[in-house]
Amino acid sequence: MAIIGNPKYEERINHHLAKYETKRSAVMPLLYIAQEEYGWVNPEGIKEVAQILNLDPTQVKSIAGFYTMYSEKPKGKYWLQVCTDLPCALKGADEFHAWLKEELQVEEGGTSADGMFTVEHVMCLAACDKAPMLQCNFHYVENLDQDKMRDLLSKWRQEAAGASNGHR
Amino acid sequence: MHILLRGREIANIKQLDVYEAHGGFAGLKKSLALKPSEVIDIVKASGLRGRGGAGFPTGVKWSFIPQHEPIKYVTVNADESETGTFKDREIMEENPYQLIEGSLICAYAIQAKAVYIYLRGEFWDIGDQLDACIEALREKGYVGKNIMGSGYDCEVYTHLGAGAYICGEESALLNSLEGYLGQPRVRPPFPAQKGGGLYKEATVVNNVETLANVPFILTDGAEAFKAIGTEQSAGNKIYCVSGHVKKPGNYELSMGTTFRELLYEHAGGPLHEDRPFKAMLPSGGSGPIVPLTDEVLDTPMSYEDAEKIGTIIGSASIIIMDETVDMTWVASKVTKFFKHESCGKCTPCREGTYWLDKVIDRILDGRGSPDDVKRIADVAENMAGTTLCALGDFAANPIIHTIRHFPDDFAQHVQAQG
Repeated sequence: MAIIGNPKYEERINHHLAKYETKRSAVMPLLYIAQEEYGWVNPEGIKEVAQILNLDPTQVKSIAGFYTMYSEKPKGKYWLQVCTDLPCALKGADEFHAWLKEELQVEEGGTSADGMFTVEHVMCLAACDKAPMLQCNFHYVENLDQDKMRDLLSKWRQEAAGASNGHR
Repeated sequence: MHILLRGREIANIKQLDVYEAHGGFAGLKKSLALKPSEVIDIVKASGLRGRGGAGFPTGVKWSFIPQHEPIKYVTVNADESETGTFKDREIMEENPYQLIEGSLICAYAIQAKAVYIYLRGEFWDIGDQLDACIEALREKGYVGKNIMGSGYDCEVYTHLGAGAYICGEESALLNSLEGYLGQPRVRPPFPAQKGGGLYKEATVVNNVETLANVPFILTDGAEAFKAIGTEQSAGNKIYCVSGHVKKPGNYELSMGTTFRELLYEHAGGPLHEDRPFKAMLPSGGSGPIVPLTDEVLDTPMSYEDAEKIGTIIGSASIIIMDETVDMTWVASKVTKFFKHESCGKCTPCREGTYWLDKVIDRILDGRGSPDDVKRIADVAENMAGTTLCALGDFAANPIIHTIRHFPDDFAQHVQAQG
């Protein structure tokens, strides 16, 4: 599919175009829409966003590259971003992050062999009193330990066997 | 008494009818009956200072907006990204209408045509909730045309960032909102001036917690607000406590409360009874670290008193470390944060954070020399004050102050290598 002419996104795109003084201001929300459609910010998505905003694709790509929440490569179905910043690290987040990578047999930033989980560490997510924590496809999961995490992983595996869950 | 975290006392204050039943929008109503300049005078008289970190007097900031300019904006800084800070999140999750009411009062006071709430990208769910709040307010005539029958029009919008600490810096935030790279601008012109704000129009940029205080100031009066706290630090402050305490979390207390009361009475004292406190970062990664001595513990938490112990209150993200924590590791953690978050525009910050990180890693690995400790202090001192925004200074702080207060923590690594 595409985002241009896709009825799923038409209303949201128009809402974002209407709320700013300039078209260019809508580049960030539109990049999220492209990421939702394609699972990552791919060249087609960049081109479409550029076309909607009358920008050069290079300008759109520079914005996508500047921010960490736009992924410039395909991700697993569940994108797990573990906070390992100082307050979380004081509560064992580095060890939790290392364990999670081991459990899923992935390198930093890598995706598990079944294509299900991408794991990476990120900076402070404003949840320092609920460490260890992570963000799964942009939703917060807090007060974690290994047992809780194992339960979540199997829940997500079951969920994935059913409905699709693309990145927002 | 909570002025900000009222969700702790009033169930469902995040619902509009409950918020209204507890005095919600009385502050906006009162404002709309006054002249805009009178609203600014009240906020000035309250002594409210910016809660994002800098502590600049809020009413004074509003008064910088040139009234003759036809187009003005309010931008709410909800990019909450300072390491250890999670207060704006609780305000927006549990008491969202109070933030929007405060923003609308500010908008009326400067006669803004629109409010943009810039949220950090990770606050996706909060953005959805605020959008629903804005729609509910539009239906009841609090947002949009002719607000509460006053003839004043103002729109409110949310905007999601996408994971960049630097966008909490006000000029970088404005660039990001305009669809450019989130990098700081050369000032002047300042955001409050024509040419310096959003879409080159005069703009107030205020933190979430700052604006959430404003409805109380209008309903209860500047004097009631000023009566709370210390002479130079009026009102309550939300202190975010994390790290080695029994009860981490947000605590809303009057400014001037001592660190001791916060850490022992509210946060429950050391996480492990046999491991005393060693150090504290009172303003996240960006403020100077201090050893947790009795003198520090007995210091009131206010802008003026924090200065006396060589640190700042800033956003009051208070990270506590016990005696097991190696300060070289802390310096490394905080440096990695700033290396990752440096926007790359100014050379001292971009290159300095890169080299600091490399040399500290070498020290931690046991491959460093005593000269390396001097080297990182030297690099840090050469970064401070040389960049367009404060991130360069923030990145220098952890190095300069950890070495100053905890030289032995560094010496153990460089001596161990023989």
